[in-house]
Order: sequence, then C-alpha cells, then structure tokens
Amino acid sequence: MKFDFTEEQRLLADSVRRFVAQDYPFDARRGIVESAEGFSPRVWATFAELGLLGIPFAADDGGFGGGAVDLMPVMEAFGEALVVEPFVPTLMAGRLVARLGSPAARAQVIPAVIEGRMKLALAHAEHDARYDLASVEATATRDGSDWRLTGEKCAVLHARAADALVVSARAKGTLALFLVGRDRAGVELHGGRTFDGMRAADVILRDVRVDDSARLGSADALAALEAEFDFATALACAEAVGAMKSANGATLEYLKTRKQFGVPIGAFQALQHRMVDMVIEYEQARSMASLACAKVDTASDARERARIVSAAKIRVCEACRRVSQESVQLHGGMGMTDELKVSHTFRRLTVLGQQFGDADHHLERFASLG
Amino acid sequence: MDLNYSAEERAFREEVRAWLHANLPDDLRDKVAAYAHLSKEDLLRWHRILAQKGWIAPSWPREWGGTGWDPVQRYIFEEEAGYAGAPPLVPFGLAMCGPVLLRFGTPAQKEHFLPRIYNGDDFWCQGYSEPGSGSDLASLSTRATRQGDHYVVNGQKTWTTLAHYADWIFCLVRTDSGAKKQEGISFLLIDMKTAGITVRPLRLMDGGHEVNEVFLDDVRVPVDQRVGDEGMGWTIAKYLLGHERMNTARIGTSRRELENLKQFASRQKKGGRSLMDDVRFRDEVSRLEVELMALEITNLRFLDQLRGGRPPGAEVSMLKIKGTEIQQRLTELMMVAAGPAGDRSFADRYANFRKTSIYAGSNEIQRNIIAKMSLGL
Repeated sequence: MKFDFTEEQRLLADSVRRFVAQDYPFDARRGIVESAEGFSPRVWATFAELGLLGIPFAADDGGFGGGAVDLMPVMEAFGEALVVEPFVPTLMAGRLVARLGSPAARAQVIPAVIEGRMKLALAHAEHDARYDLASVEATATRDGSDWRLTGEKCAVLHARAADALVVSARAKGTLALFLVGRDRAGVELHGGRTFDGMRAADVILRDVRVDDSARLGSADALAALEAEFDFATALACAEAVGAMKSANGATLEYLKTRKQFGVPIGAFQALQHRMVDMVIEYEQARSMASLACAKVDTASDARERARIVSAAKIRVCEACRRVSQESVQLHGGMGMTDELKVSHTFRRLTVLGQQFGDADHHLERFASLG
Repeated sequence: MDLNYSAEERAFREEVRAWLHANLPDDLRDKVAAYAHLSKEDLLRWHRILAQKGWIAPSWPREWGGTGWDPVQRYIFEEEAGYAGAPPLVPFGLAMCGPVLLRFGTPAQKEHFLPRIYNGDDFWCQGYSEPGSGSDLASLSTRATRQGDHYVVNGQKTWTTLAHYADWIFCLVRTDSGAKKQEGISFLLIDMKTAGITVRPLRLMDGGHEVNEVFLDDVRVPVDQRVGDEGMGWTIAKYLLGHERMNTARIGTSRRELENLKQFASRQKKGGRSLMDDVRFRDEVSRLEVELMALEITNLRFLDQLRGGRPPGAEVSMLKIKGTEIQQRLTELMMVAAGPAGDRSFADRYANFRKTSIYAGSNEIQRNIIAKMSLGL
C-alpha cells in the first residue's frame, strides 16, 4: 500500500503543473474560451510535446502504456486551471478505437492522436437516454457493403473541434460503433458554448454513408463503452479534485484578506467551520478519486470496477456541489461575478458533478451491483 | 500509487485474523455484537488476553512491551479487532496515561505504573472536564495546594468515564492561580482509594451508567505522583491531544456495523418487500457505505504519510469528525430499520451515540483545531 506517485509520474506531473502555471493562467483561459475555436491549437500541440496524449495507449500503438493513475496528476492540474481543451473526449474515443478497431483503424488514428494531429469526439448520448449507456436509438443499416447512419446525438463535447467522431448506433439491435469523419456528408452540427466554457454540439446524422471498415469491431460495444465511461468517470473525479483544490485555495485566501467589522472574515467561527467542511469534502473526494483511478487500471472484473467507480462518483458529486456552492457563498457578492475565477470553477464543478452520471444515477448503479 | 496491501501486510492481516478467531472468546464477541453492557471484568478479560499475547500496547516502545509495528500494521490490527467484534480497549491507561508517562514520567513512575497498565492491574480514568470547564479545558478550577511533600486537592471533575471501575485517575489541577490560565496547571496521578474522593453516577438518556462526577475534598496526593514539572500540565494535555489521533475513525467497527445494518434491514419488511429494496432507505445506506469507503482511504493516506516520515498536520482531526458522524448515522439507520415494532435498545443505542461527536474534543473543537493549526485562520 502506497499513495505516492512514481518518480516518472512525479516528473510528468511537475511538467504539467509548470506548463499550466506558465501557459494557462486564468486570463489566457478566458481568451481561449472566447476564441472562435473554443480551444487553443498551441496548447494542444504542447499536450502532444509533453506526451500527455500518449499516456493511456499501449506501447504497441505508440503510447506510453499508462492508465488512469498516470493521468491523475494531469487531470488534477487541468481541474485547477479549468482547462477546456478536448482532452478527455479525445482519449475516450481514441481508446475505443484502440480497444475495438482493426489494425488499420488503429494505425490510422492512434499515432495521429498521440502526435496531436487528430482530435476526436464521442457521439454517443441521446436526448432521452439521460445517463443510460444502452439507450441508443440511432440506427446503422446496411447498404450493400456500406452502412448508413441515422439519428441524433446530444451535446457532444467538442464535436466541432474533432477531426473524427466515434458514433454509436443500433445495427439490428446490436450496439455498434463507427469512426466517422466530422466533415462526412450528412453530418450536421448545431453547437454552442456550454455552461462551463466548453464547446458542445448536437450531432444530426442524416443517412451518413460509411464503408464497412468504419465499424469498430463486430461484437456488441456496450461492455467497451461501459469500461471507457468508467475510465473517463475516474478521470472526471480526479479533475474535480483539482477544481476543488482551486476553489478551496481561493476561498481560504479570501477569508484571510477580506476585512469586515475591522477583522479578516476568516476570524469568524461560522465561516471557519464551513471552510473546514470544504477541506474535508476535498479530502474525501480525493480518496475516492484515487480509489477509482486505481480500480479502472487494475480491477480484473467489470463489476468490481463499476461498483468502485460509481461509489467514487457518488462521493465526488456531493463534494462538487458543496465545495462549489460554499466557495461562492464565502466570497459573498464577489463570488457571483464573472471576473473571479471562483465563479468559473463553480460552473466547472457543477458540470463535473453531472458528467458521466449524477449521484442518483450512480446510486442506482452502485446498489444494483451490491 | 498502489492501493493494494503488500504481500507482507496481507500476511500480517491473516495472522491477526487467525489469532483473533482463535482467541476472542465467543461470549465477549456475542456481547459486543448484541450491544450488551460490558462489565469491568469483560473489559479486563480481553485486555489480559491481549497482554498475554504481547499485543496490548502496540505503539509503546519495545522495551515496555510495544510490538514495533509500523502505523499501517497498527491500523490493520485495530481494523481487524473492530471487525471481529472484539471489546473496545479502554484508552485511559494504554493510550493516554501510558504515553504521558513514557514521555514525561520519572524512571520510578515508569517502573511502577507502566507494567501495571500493560497487564491490566490498574484501571485508569481521566480527570479532565469540570462543570465549568468543558471545551475551554484550560479554565479548570480544581485546586492543588502544596503542603510539604503532598498536594491537597479540592474540586470537582465530571463526565469521568468509567470512574466507577477505576483504581487510578490522572487529573489536570491548578497549582498556580496567579499565572496565565494555561501555565498554572499540573498533571497528577491520584489513587481512587484516597480519602476525600467521592464518585457519583451520571445517568444518561439511554438509561446507562458510564460517566460520573468525581468530587475531590482535601485529597492528599504525594508530590512524587506529579508527572512533569509543576505548571507543565497543559503541555502534557496538548501532547496527549496530538497522540494516537490516527485511530479515531474506527473503520473496522463501522464496517462490521454496516454489514450488520444491511443484513438486519434486508430482513425487515416494508410493503411486503425487503427494506433494502426501498430506494429511499437503500440510498441512505449506500451513501453511508461510500462515506466509509472514502474515510478508510483518507485514513490510510494519512498513515502512509506518517510512515513515510511526513506526519500529517491537524487535518487528521477530520478522522474524528467523519468517523463519529458515520458511527452516529449507523445507529440512526439501525433504529430507522427496526421501525415502530423495534426493540427500544435501537433507540437507546442511537441516543447513546450522540456522545461521540461531543466527547474527546467535540467535533466543533476539532473544526477549530483544523481551522487554526492547518488552515491558519
């Protein structure tokens, strides 16, 4: 039992933190959010240079052969800095290609992802599915040796930035995944900026014609999707821990500097105890994020993995809610303003609480796996 | 980062578990499982079994009977003992007076008292709180006046847990009323058979008797029963506060209680179905289970820091806050599960466990400690 990161993981974490501190200050982030693309190509190139995009891919595919534990410090740093680049969507979709795709598909996609030449999005969720991964109504029908894809995908993160989409659809009842170029005829995006400064788009598929090689694997893809969503949920937990660290740090600083009634407001016990509770939330969330990242890397059975990931998300959701709400409250009116980072952290934490399933969803799943 | 126990740690856990299985008397385990009252004899019996094995005071130095276990091994032992349903160890001698003597005692005091604590020959209690001094402990007013080679002690202690079992009491007393309130305090060891000591029970709302008032009227205490210098009592009290804070979460006990709750609730019926199929109740249990999982990892993270020579700061107080919240919630959900037809013992236990967030530094005091020492507020 040890909680320390390895030397290699520490060096990586240090370089990510240095990069974020230098190149991703809050002002720069604001500029990126307001840019036309909604992400920074320069930042993306740096991700590739630092090797971040290769971490969770096998050495055979040109990756680093790492997992969620290796990504944990990266996600924490991204959470602290509120990084908006399409990192997790690209990794999720890329890992699905790596897991299910043919050698040709893998050779086409994975090295390009690792080198920063290709970004991906995962077009899976549909309007009435909520968080149920099996609820897919988009269809894939045979047309000679090709496929025609039809359906609507909802709030696909960074769809516009992606070079290609991994799209889910039902092929005669089987849940199938396809790699589809974003510019393919019949792919229509209706996008906008999300509550937390990211980009997302509804993806309409109108008879999108792809050849058979676009299909990733031939078996039902639900188990693979569940594994990748668990992986991404563990990453989201780690990212939330970083965002909470930022919110708590800013709030503590504010309590020490803001004066009312002639004293720093941190002198008031009513506020001290609330600050302490925020720290406890952070520590408990951090513990569960660590556990989830460790489990998605090592759990031999899917049930155990799913149970721990859901447990982590239940706890992290609660911590996201409490830390984000309290950080705004303890900042008073200033916490409401767009000017302060803390209001952006509030938004990110709120979204992270719901992403990949809210507490209710994971409570249901946790109990079903009892 | 590797959250699995090492092969050595797993082997150690197996050793502890096997030994507990073979040596924890069934009647004691059954009493603990049934939340039955544990007599002084019950507590001492288990104490002596552990002393015989050499496992009664793991954190003491080896020369005084310690086991040399590292913090994670100590945690594993506590967790397994709690999970097995072993009676709790009374902390006043083993975890409080003992460590104080080890750090501040004279050679003669150590020679006399430590083996007796180790073997369970003396039952200790703690004379800290007074009617006017609870959370503000340093305001205590029990006075000790020097007369030759004795102190004469007058005053009253309260909330004194198991004073009615105790042979000895360690007391914080005021030896200098002119000094700053923290500086005039000394630490005395007092034989409970000394003339002038009266113990009066405090009946609690669950009907039980575990705490007492202790009255001290002209109690004569030999000066060589003072630990540390005169005026050092507050330093000692603070040292104790920082000692053994790692095992306040009671993970093993809560895990056993949680399993018990799930089994018990699954046997209760609501609308013809198991109560565990009732989503409202089930989700409450799940949330509690998740909180306990998180606390276990948090506790292990702090232990890992300690083992690595980077002892965590005041934030370990959160183990007490969260640990007691979990214990309380467990008793509450047991009472809820028992429902209107349930035995009153469930409500009694729920009532009794309100004490956990009050004793040993209330959870509000723990928050003050984190705010001040760890956050710099």
